[in-house]
Amino acid sequence: MINTKVNIAGVELKNPVVTASGTFGSGEEYSEFVDLSKLGGVVTKGVANVPWEGNETPRIAETASGMLNAIGLQNPGMEVFCNRDLPFLEAYDTKVIVNVCGRTTKDYCEVVERLSDEKVDLLEINISCPNVKEGGIAFGVDPKAVLEITKEVKRVAKQPVIMKLSPNVTDIAEMAKAAVAGGADALSLINTLTGMKIDIQKQTFALANKTGGLSGPAVKPIAVRMVYQVAQAVSVPIIGMGGIETASDALEFMMAGATAVSVGTANFYHPTATLDVITGIESYLKKYKIDDITDLIGCVK
Amino acid sequence: MADKGIEVCTIDRQEALSSDVYSMWIKSSSMAERAKPGQFLSLYSNDHSRLMPRPISICETDKENGLLRLVYRVLGTGTEEFSHLKAGETLSIMGPLGNGFPLKEKKAFLIGGGIGIPPMLELAKNLTGEKDIILGYRDETFLEDDLSQYGKVIIATEDGSKGTKGNVIDAIEEQGVTADLIYACGPTPMLRAIKAYAEEHQIECYLSLEERMACGVGACLACVCKSKEVDHHTHVHNKRICKDGPVFLSTEVEL
Repeated sequence: MINTKVNIAGVELKNPVVTASGTFGSGEEYSEFVDLSKLGGVVTKGVANVPWEGNETPRIAETASGMLNAIGLQNPGMEVFCNRDLPFLEAYDTKVIVNVCGRTTKDYCEVVERLSDEKVDLLEINISCPNVKEGGIAFGVDPKAVLEITKEVKRVAKQPVIMKLSPNVTDIAEMAKAAVAGGADALSLINTLTGMKIDIQKQTFALANKTGGLSGPAVKPIAVRMVYQVAQAVSVPIIGMGGIETASDALEFMMAGATAVSVGTANFYHPTATLDVITGIESYLKKYKIDDITDLIGCVK
Repeated sequence: MADKGIEVCTIDRQEALSSDVYSMWIKSSSMAERAKPGQFLSLYSNDHSRLMPRPISICETDKENGLLRLVYRVLGTGTEEFSHLKAGETLSIMGPLGNGFPLKEKKAFLIGGGIGIPPMLELAKNLTGEKDIILGYRDETFLEDDLSQYGKVIIATEDGSKGTKGNVIDAIEEQGVTADLIYACGPTPMLRAIKAYAEEHQIECYLSLEERMACGVGACLACVCKSKEVDHHTHVHNKRICKDGPVFLSTEVEL
């Protein structure tokens, strides 16, 4: 019997594959393509204390083997989320990881407190969205701010806290250490890389927001490198992501030090990507006669 | 559960209708069976460096032979790639997606502008009532003969090479035609003018909108449009064109 279970801050995932925030709605949107009970977990779209309208359109642009997005964290706010989306997810045998966004520390804490008595397994705190003017990345690019917000969130959180880190920094290991010093139970990385595309026909920016977050296979080598660097710097579990579309991609992240992996942009062009990654990992374990998936975590030194 | 998804479809045939407009028939009996006028398909590039789907409206369906017709304009590298596909080659496609046009029996205008014209063909085939089909082009015309089988066709061209010189509203006014119902698809400035015309004359009007899409299933929230009322998904004023649309009542949306 092969073990595919992994453990993130005391929460056992049946396999290491979860969805990446913002690419899978609240789970409901993809439930006609994917049996959510087969996933290690569902990471929801970012939830704020109140509904957010998001940015103007165009919100996305295609780039070579990737895409830029500047959705701006459109979301229905925590009340609708708790009353509609969480009960939907409860019907599935999977772990629920709620991504939390905010403009101020108080906003984040309000959502975290609201979720404290809900059926939520883990919290993922988004301090790395490049597409909102306040909050988001402003917290994620300064180690002092990372430390402070992690501490504040931990003070009110009942569930284990995952801090989601930005790659838009010189030294991601420094940010990881700050989050762990603030009490982070786990880390997820990477969020998107800030980029820009110009529409030469219209002679203007391809995105209404001018800049957007780059994701997709194009960012994978950067993400693998950052997961490796963070794994060397801290000992909390890491959820690795950035361009994962196949089991091979997922295994790279795990060998670099990730305990679990998120499939993101690939959901858009391959709605069953998560399931294919899971079966691909199982085949790999069989082929290489590995009994326990956790043996692969950080096996590359 | 998990019975939907992306289907690999074979191209039945393809031809150029003008210098940059192509007509492609694809084989899929399941999609042809389900397709409704005004719905669209998401076409994925065979070149893996292009990840995003190209949403293309369904021009015609042939349920009997399990075929769907897509008429599209080459606008970038993705559509350029599709235009080179030959019979027997394949393409990954998801759909049909979106809501489609509600079919009503009232005297109707079917208004298409540029590459918004193709969905009017399947709609025209399915509407039993009296109808005028108003087509706006920059210069080169296409699908004119196909559409004339189903109603009176009125043409407007920007350069005046055919029909009324001007836009579709100019053509409607020049011909002095009227309707109790409007269906329209085309560029946003045209839809904005039709929305104003419909509201001024208090005509029920359905507009098919377009925006860049990533998922096509309502999850990524890329293709939103401004809505008058609070939307049911996010509880703000953003309807999702892929999932809540692409067809909206003109009074529902702000353009």
